[in-house]
Amino acid sequence: MSDLLQFVFSGLTVGAVYALVALGFTIIYNASDVVNFSQGEFVMLGGMSTVFLSAAGVPLPAAAILAVVITALVGVALNKFAIEPARNASVVTIIIITIGASIFLRGVAQIVFDKQLHRFESFSGDVPIEILGATILPQSVWVIFGAAVIFTGLYLFFTRTLTGKAVLATANNRLAARLVGINTNFIMTLSFALSAAIGAVAGVLVTPITLTSYDIGIALALKGFAAAMLGGMGNPFGALVGGLVVGLIEALTAGYISSTYKDAAAFIVILAVLFVMPSGLFGRAAVNRV
Amino acid sequence: MLSVEGLRSKYGRIEVLHGVDLEVKSGEIVSVIGANGAGKTTLLRCLSGVQPASGGSLMFRGDDISKLPAHRRVGLGLAQSPEGRQIFTNLSVEENLRLGAYLFADARVDKDMADAFAMFPVLKEKRNLSAGGLSGGQQQMLAIARALMARPTCVLLDEPSMGLAPILVDQILEVVKSLKSLDVTVLLVEQNAFAALSIADRGYVMETGRITMSGPAAELIADPRIREAYLGI
Ligand SMILES: Nc1ncnc2c1ncn2[C@@H]1O[C@H](COP(=O)(O)OP(=O)(O)OP(=O)(O)O)[C@@H](O)[C@H]1O
Ligand SMILES: [Mg+2]
Repeated sequence: MSDLLQFVFSGLTVGAVYALVALGFTIIYNASDVVNFSQGEFVMLGGMSTVFLSAAGVPLPAAAILAVVITALVGVALNKFAIEPARNASVVTIIIITIGASIFLRGVAQIVFDKQLHRFESFSGDVPIEILGATILPQSVWVIFGAAVIFTGLYLFFTRTLTGKAVLATANNRLAARLVGINTNFIMTLSFALSAAIGAVAGVLVTPITLTSYDIGIALALKGFAAAMLGGMGNPFGALVGGLVVGLIEALTAGYISSTYKDAAAFIVILAVLFVMPSGLFGRAAVNRV
Repeated sequence: MLSVEGLRSKYGRIEVLHGVDLEVKSGEIVSVIGANGAGKTTLLRCLSGVQPASGGSLMFRGDDISKLPAHRRVGLGLAQSPEGRQIFTNLSVEENLRLGAYLFADARVDKDMADAFAMFPVLKEKRNLSAGGLSGGQQQMLAIARALMARPTCVLLDEPSMGLAPILVDQILEVVKSLKSLDVTVLLVEQNAFAALSIADRGYVMETGRITMSGPAAELIADPRIREAYLGI
């Protein structure tokens, strides 16, 4: 029992990170039909910028906020200089551009930062909290809580604000969005800024647990993408469920079988689900049937 | 109000508008009729700025709008109810209307929405339902109502009668006619030539990317060439 709970805690922690990465994929996908494979690099930039800013003497909370802002600006620049000029290219071309951007960002990170592993201090110390015989790190609570806040905030943004609805409208029908006066270029910019900021927050939250380096983005993008596919690309709720499921499968496989198989187990489950439900658990086709 | 001169536009390398001249005066209902593929939709897309023009000039209430992005043209008072309705199927009826007034955030939004519901009571009944679940006629009403939420001085209507039962066509035409009393100028595009001309002040006939005839709607309806080609009489 306490073993199970232990695995669930660790699954929820990584799962929350995957969910945030998946959410980043979802937001940009909705705004532009593009799968942005530099999503993982946003997570890396969030963590690495915080590390180097705080090493330069900026207090940790300020460094973290600054890192999120910087990453959001990188997201905006990515859209402005790499995606927007290719506006009329096919979606596949644009996806390849994002893969190029991801390699570019990793290269720049190697130069601006370095190739070492880094971490900074946990926000509330490292004394494990005991719950029903299992333990959880305070930083894990931060990760799970942070993800919950972001998902709730985004839910409110999409359902309660006109700008949020404009994002949904643009995702649903770009032509109609332009005809009612929505500046769809601005919606794209906003989506990249949001996705990048969310990725950066994930990076800031998880770095004290998993450490960070210039190349952590690749694996995260892969897992986040898988989680988004599992949940149904384009659905924020699907991103949440997909992320948590992938995290839990990994943790349970690692705990009860062997950590050698954790990646494989996650992907086998995803393939099985997609075989039966090609648009994912909460995919567009399943949800928005008209 | 709206003045178009020598408008050209192409899809890729294929030009489909070869220099269109057209004028809509304040308070008029002007209809453009033409067969399938004549370029009517392309004309309206150019006017709204969702399709690039490759030549010609576009003036709206004295301003050259040809370089303005689509959302700015809406802001100037030029709204469109597009071909195929293009409603936001993932949002509710009310949210669709609210987004029609995307550029506004004042008390008049609520008033305009009440007016829209008075104009189309069925939309009020379904205000909280997903717009994707509406029937074709209801979606058409929603598309028109959404365009009116933008407080247009001129509204472009692309085939509002397409695919509708005759009784609904009449209802929609009545609404279009009533826009006059709301001081909204109308540019109406239709394959249904008789319906379009019967409520219009003036009309234009479009053939393969050119205006081939124009004049008062009553004269066009009476013209033997038009009766043969478009009215099937
Ligand atoms: N997206 C597009 N790509 C290429 N060609 C197009 C496109 N849309 C329209 N065309 C072509 O442009 C010409 C004009 O089309 P348009 O849709 O403007 O005509 P229309 O008068 O609105 O016709 P309808 O009455 O069927 O709506 C047609 O020959 C059509 O095949
Ligand atoms: Mg058309």
